[in-house]
Amino acid sequence: MKQLTVISGKGGTGKTTIAAAFASLAHNAVIADCDVDAADMHLILDPDVQETVDFYGLDVAVIDPDQCTKCGVCREHCRFDAITPDITIEAHRCEGCGVCEYVCPVDAITMENRRSGWMYRSLTRFGPMVHAKLGIGEEASGKLVAVVRESARKMAEEQERDLVIIDGPPGTGCSVIAAITGVDMVLIITEPSLSGIHDLERVVDVAYHFNIPATVCINKYDINDENTRLIEEYCDDLEIPVVGRLPFDNTPTQAMINEMTVCEYSDSEFSRGVTRIWEKVLDELLQVDDQ
Amino acid sequence: MKIAIASGKGGTGKTTLAINLALSLEKVQLLDCDVEEPNCNLFMKYDLEEIEDVKLKVPFIDTAKCDLCGKCSDFCRFNALATLPERMMIFDALCHGCGGCALVCPLDAITENERSIGIIERSQPGISTVELYHGLLNIGEPMASPLIEALKEYIHSNGTTIIDAPPGTACPVITTLDDADYCILVTEPTPFGLNDLKLAVEVVRKMDIPYGVVINRSDMGDDRVRQYCISEGIPLLLEIPFVRQIAETYSNGIPFVEEMPEWKERFVQMFETIREYTEVIE
Ligand code: SF4
Ligand code: SF4
Repeated sequence: MKQLTVISGKGGTGKTTIAAAFASLAHNAVIADCDVDAADMHLILDPDVQETVDFYGLDVAVIDPDQCTKCGVCREHCRFDAITPDITIEAHRCEGCGVCEYVCPVDAITMENRRSGWMYRSLTRFGPMVHAKLGIGEEASGKLVAVVRESARKMAEEQERDLVIIDGPPGTGCSVIAAITGVDMVLIITEPSLSGIHDLERVVDVAYHFNIPATVCINKYDINDENTRLIEEYCDDLEIPVVGRLPFDNTPTQAMINEMTVCEYSDSEFSRGVTRIWEKVLDELLQVDDQ
Repeated sequence: MKIAIASGKGGTGKTTLAINLALSLEKVQLLDCDVEEPNCNLFMKYDLEEIEDVKLKVPFIDTAKCDLCGKCSDFCRFNALATLPERMMIFDALCHGCGGCALVCPLDAITENERSIGIIERSQPGISTVELYHGLLNIGEPMASPLIEALKEYIHSNGTTIIDAPPGTACPVITTLDDADYCILVTEPTPFGLNDLKLAVEVVRKMDIPYGVVINRSDMGDDRVRQYCISEGIPLLLEIPFVRQIAETYSNGIPFVEEMPEWKERFVQMFETIREYTEVIE
């Protein structure tokens, strides 16, 4: 079984559009939406939720006011300024380290579970999907990504599916790291803007840092031909395969409005381009195996 | 006054709005808190100087004293320590620097070192009307929030600060928005844009920050974002249509107010609206 993560560094490059189209082109895959912070894939794939699982992220400290003598020892030790001068916990600052519980001389503090989101196991018209919703402002997005991936992997094993397609989060931080560690390949969707190039370079560094083979797709290539050429040269130098370019086109927006993948919605140049990219990505994935 | 610019998802035009708004105003500070990918300076092109190397505490174990009792790794809730048969292992990137392991160690074998998580850079003061500060998170480093907190220490207490927030709704966004006077939410008129806008609205409502919406590429999708704002009574501050010139200047790293100066006036008006609004609620 293989795992492929679609990432972008910069947001808004068309990552989810392409990952959703892959879902409709794959024959035997599990889909995992790991953009838990701002999940959008369900808007296209319309999953029918079969099972909802509570997700507990970091614990949170809770003070029993009847026992607390307001000595202030916990406040001195908390490195995250989560305890106010009148000794109450500011839950959104608490990282759940447990130091206050340990130092409290009268055992007035306990660490409690905090539900910080939900994970869903669902069915879509293209096969099973695992997705999630992180509670507003919660910290444990990397952990929730790991939970979604683990569930998708198990599902793929049980149902003998040969691929997990992961829609990754934007950026280069903790949730991206969780979405790519241990996968067989990443596909980076970029665009020919200076910011696109800059973020591409950063996210390639992250993939290298974790030893994951990368491939690149250039979306909206015709917005700036010169920058497209620069991206292709950059990839050539690093021997990163460019699996395709896609034109600037209204197809993704229209498909989204109609709740379809681009390949279902039309046979435009854009949609055909995505199909070709999918075939190349499969080839590349097979080669990863040979090495 | 601190105005934060945020959006539920990336790529909606947050940075575009931040830089063009900053360039339309006199004497402002621009703080790029998208420390995973700080892009404001790709447009400003200032010479930056490093002003801080931001550090977090991380344990250091004296192997001569440690008897591998494992109390520290039992305590650590972030799996940053592992007790192996022969030695201890520390996973720096997982450590939150809470200091708990040093507290629980019965043999005083743990002291603390520092590790760098990223740097803060700023433009040379006095050269330009916009004073830019940004944070740059080290590659492979998961701890964005402490870097953002350190960056926010540089906010001038008087004057105007425009803050470019990271995308999303998770912890780094909360850290960024904490104590902002106003938040501009940037979105697109598409189903993804609407979905992500609703999440962002939940964030600012929960944090009790006054907010309004800017619709970017406003003629590209459908009308549902506008309908949503009207029915929720959310002020629509500005609409920026899709103009190929804007997309092209963007791709070349040029702020579009430089080529389309007529937009400056609209940004100034938007700023005045926001200022009046925040003065009224004070
Ligand atoms: S658990 Fe840690 S972060 Fe939370 S209040 Fe206690 S000491 Fe502070
Ligand atoms: S300082 Fe806290 S987070 Fe870091 S290793 Fe020690 S117990 Fe774990």
